[in-house]
Amino acid sequence: MLTPTVVAALAMTGLWLFALINVTPIMLWLERRAPAFMQDRLGPNRLGPLGLFQAIADVLKFIFKEDVNPAGSDRLLFMLAPTVGFVASLLTYLVVPFGPEVTVAGHTFPLVVIDTDAGMLMFLALSSLGVYGLVLAGYSSNSKWSLMGGIRASAQMVSYELALTISVLAALVPSGSLNLSRVVEHQIHQHLLGFLPAWNIFTQPLGFLIFLVAAFAETNRLPFDLPEAESELVAGYHTEYGGLRMALFYMGEYQSMAILSALGATLYFGGWSVPMIDANAAGAWIASLPLVSAVLSPGIGTALFGFSVLMVKTYTFLFVFIWVRWTFPRFRYDQLMRLGWKILLPLALLNFVAVAALAVAGKI
Amino acid sequence: MLVAVFATLAVIAIVSAIVVVLHRNPVFSTMSLVVTLVSTAGLFVLLGSPFLAALQILLYTGAILVLFLFVIMLLNVQRERTAVTRASGMVIAAGICAVVLAGAVIRLFWAAYSGATFAPQNPESSSLVTIARELFGAYILPFEMIGLLLLVAVVAASWVAQKGDPAKSDTPEAPDAPAAASSVASGGKS
Repeated sequence: MLTPTVVAALAMTGLWLFALINVTPIMLWLERRAPAFMQDRLGPNRLGPLGLFQAIADVLKFIFKEDVNPAGSDRLLFMLAPTVGFVASLLTYLVVPFGPEVTVAGHTFPLVVIDTDAGMLMFLALSSLGVYGLVLAGYSSNSKWSLMGGIRASAQMVSYELALTISVLAALVPSGSLNLSRVVEHQIHQHLLGFLPAWNIFTQPLGFLIFLVAAFAETNRLPFDLPEAESELVAGYHTEYGGLRMALFYMGEYQSMAILSALGATLYFGGWSVPMIDANAAGAWIASLPLVSAVLSPGIGTALFGFSVLMVKTYTFLFVFIWVRWTFPRFRYDQLMRLGWKILLPLALLNFVAVAALAVAGKI
Repeated sequence: MLVAVFATLAVIAIVSAIVVVLHRNPVFSTMSLVVTLVSTAGLFVLLGSPFLAALQILLYTGAILVLFLFVIMLLNVQRERTAVTRASGMVIAAGICAVVLAGAVIRLFWAAYSGATFAPQNPESSSLVTIARELFGAYILPFEMIGLLLLVAVVAASWVAQKGDPAKSDTPEAPDAPAAASSVASGGKS
């Protein structure tokens, strides 16, 4: 059973899981400290250097809180709902590449867990399952606030999924493949005006803008956090949740933010690549560093390099998520629907038709 | 190994399909349908077509069934409360019909597939490129006709939604919901 391919897939899964699980504590800290500085406050700075251990205190608090089942709630669905969203967001990393093909111990494999030409579709399919967690939580809580939040979540996420999908399709056109590895390779090997890397952000700025707005709506972040709008719905779909189940909702939300950020970096910012730097050469250099040269082979060095680059880009996106959250006020619900259906969707279609026409004319 | 995975997925699909019909709570029925569709997508993967599996989850599970749930929650559909008819002639007749139908179906499938073994198809036969060539080549006319049909459905749905109480059609959700269902289907398809 343990063929080299399986071992490689397990190792890459472990790397991703480690990174994604750690997104939550890092974001908990970042989301308190960053807005504090934006508002000329200090934020939590008592626990550990720079308040870094605040995240641990938060997690401990979540663990020791009482697990409450509200009266009249649907027990099975109530317990299941937080895990659905959590698992759905935890599966999508499977198709996101973080490096070129590498050779480790004589076996060559691509640095992506599932290398399939339906990769992008699998990503969209798995991430579209996340809405069930929110809807079921809203339904099973037996509370009108939760129910309203669940209804809002389902309508919002289905609406914005359209704009998101169409903008993503347009980003796939230049490489002509649904495999994200091909998309990144295309962005590396082409050049615009002789020096600019052919990242899709330069050729499709409108598509990127639509993707970004839709990504905010898909992850229910401000200014689109209508499902949990605290001024109207107490806390929306997770009003009745506390303790670890509440923490699962948090983790699911942060993970889907992180994975959509990684997707945005892959589609529009060259993924794991850095302009002018060859990933294999960088990997060989990392593997030749004095302390680690005994344990690292060049292939693993390339993997670490690609993963670090992708993570840097991902966290840049995540910072934008926080930045926007503390800058813009929340939309009204009818404004949200109008933006999704009457502005974003036609713009996304226009962008897609334009990109397709250019591709047929051979300009991309 | 492959057969064991197939059997597990098949049993899950059939059991959850039965739950869809039998459960009294519409939300549970919808969620069972989700399980059915996801395990059928698993069967597609086993047959060597991750593309069809992804489409199945993306369209049916990710869009259409979410709208089912949306409508169930919006209308606040309650548990079914009608009493079960017991031991009447109708139940006996229905039982006989069910047994006969099941027998016929099993006989038919047995005759057609008893010698077949379960094995993945050639991945090329259901790859993205092959399906796209077929859809936009040999089947271009039916494909476009379906698009037209969905457009008609969207127009009809929004007309029906607006024909009712004009005060009610002002709420943003009401006209959007059916339009969302159809345009998700047509948007994902193209």
